[in-house]
Amino acid sequence: MQIYLPVAEVSVNLFLLLGLGGVVGMLSGLFGVGGGFLITPFLFFIGIPPAVAVATGANQIVASSVSGVLAHLRRRSVDLRMGTVLLIGGLIGSGFGIWLFNLLTRLGQVELLVTLCYVVFLGIIGLLMLVEGIRALSRQRKGAPPKRRQRGWIHALPFKMKFRASGLYLSVIPPLVVGASVGVLAAIMGVGGGFIMVPAMIYLLNMPTKVVIGTSLFQIIFVTAFTTLMHAITNHTVDLFLALVLLLGGVVGAQLGSRIGVKLKAEQLRVLLALLVLSVCGKLALDLLLQPSELYSIAQGGH
Amino acid sequence: MTLLRALLITMLMLLPLRAAGEEVVAGLSQARVDITADFSGAEILIFGAVKRFAPAPTDERLGVIITVAGPPQTVTVRRKDQVAGIWVNAESRSIAEVPSFYAITSNGPLDTLLSPGADARYRISVPQFIPAGTDTTFGDALLRIRRDSGDYRVEPRGVRLDEDTLFRAAVALPANLTEGLYSTRIFLTRGGEVIDSHETMINVSMVGIERLTFNLAMQRPVIYGILCVVLAVVAGWGASAVFRMIRG
Repeated sequence: MQIYLPVAEVSVNLFLLLGLGGVVGMLSGLFGVGGGFLITPFLFFIGIPPAVAVATGANQIVASSVSGVLAHLRRRSVDLRMGTVLLIGGLIGSGFGIWLFNLLTRLGQVELLVTLCYVVFLGIIGLLMLVEGIRALSRQRKGAPPKRRQRGWIHALPFKMKFRASGLYLSVIPPLVVGASVGVLAAIMGVGGGFIMVPAMIYLLNMPTKVVIGTSLFQIIFVTAFTTLMHAITNHTVDLFLALVLLLGGVVGAQLGSRIGVKLKAEQLRVLLALLVLSVCGKLALDLLLQPSELYSIAQGGH
Repeated sequence: MTLLRALLITMLMLLPLRAAGEEVVAGLSQARVDITADFSGAEILIFGAVKRFAPAPTDERLGVIITVAGPPQTVTVRRKDQVAGIWVNAESRSIAEVPSFYAITSNGPLDTLLSPGADARYRISVPQFIPAGTDTTFGDALLRIRRDSGDYRVEPRGVRLDEDTLFRAAVALPANLTEGLYSTRIFLTRGGEVIDSHETMINVSMVGIERLTFNLAMQRPVIYGILCVVLAVVAGWGASAVFRMIRG
């Protein structure tokens, strides 16, 4: 059955979209990843215009993050103060990202920007996951080396603030910078950016792991909501129908995924996910590197 | 002998008049196409008859050519070039008045039914209708891409003509249809010249919830954006509530 997407102005198979949402939702349930970084490239592959894929991707992440943060709020594992500082950075970053996105749209280079970002970040995440997965498989259980707490330059920065839930007394500059870089990625790639923010919070800000996920989800909700709004206002590229179908598939998939995850060996699956991420990255990279069979493309509107 | 000559001259004089005595009467299966949520393309049936005030001339074949053209748009055609090892958009051209869709269907190859002069006057064939396609490489690329995607097509055997009088043809509109007025033209030709033509419009528009969503997104983007965010929040909250209930 076909469904006509009013904003994207394309007709796509409904079950393909539901399946896509479902599979990515399942992966996010299995591994606790957001999945935005997989949904958007898959939308490119099925012929959704990149600008619509990115903007709608951001909208869909609002829903999945709300779903996730509620559980964390109940468990009180959200550092609201840290979340707010990250959020302020995120809004600034997202605003800049939208500006850059619109500038490159006018220049006809937005696809290049989005694809390059995906190739770089999917490549990094895929490799990291692969290494980690293989390491877990080979069971290098020598007892985890104690994490070296980074003292030094980060603590020499001014504008310090007390973050009670995280037990930190820290300058607001590093969280603002982390939030802003994630905001830029949200605007350009249509992702939540958890894959950058979570490691940065743990290794750079030294936040306790128990509040990291909840706090990052809290920030992601507002930043992706803002990004959705800005894309809707400046580009008219958020497709509500597309977002709702993906959402429906994603919600069911995530629940299935988290149940299957309990029964399966996560290490082997993690290697598979890493290979999937790397193959998506490879496909996008090849599109950039190999000579396309059609050198010309048509876009609506003059310049 | 003189009589025969006089008769021949009269016939020759009458010929164009008689040819002009053929008129096209046509109808469409539908004058509007609604794009609904499950829209997957539409087939327009175009049918009609040739009205005559005198017996049909038998020496030259009757041609029926039907064209359907989507709304004209301005497009930008870009060419990729290799820069530092990767293929990026480099040069571009803006081309105006390009139809989003163009189909020609006839009861024979166009060049047998239509003289180049008549084609130029009535702008029937693809290069005549979309002049940007003839001079530049960008124009050629535009025509090639649209032809390969099926947006521009030529079907020389698409029109069925019965008894030199009744004709019908089906034109399939693709699922990825652009909104607007689609101009449908029907030409009758004899000996390469157009003897009559008829033009009518097909109105293609989104209806119902598609229309509502599209209008909101384009005309009230702030409200639309807020609506998208609110729906996402409600959906996320609802999903977590439902699954918490299921788990007990």
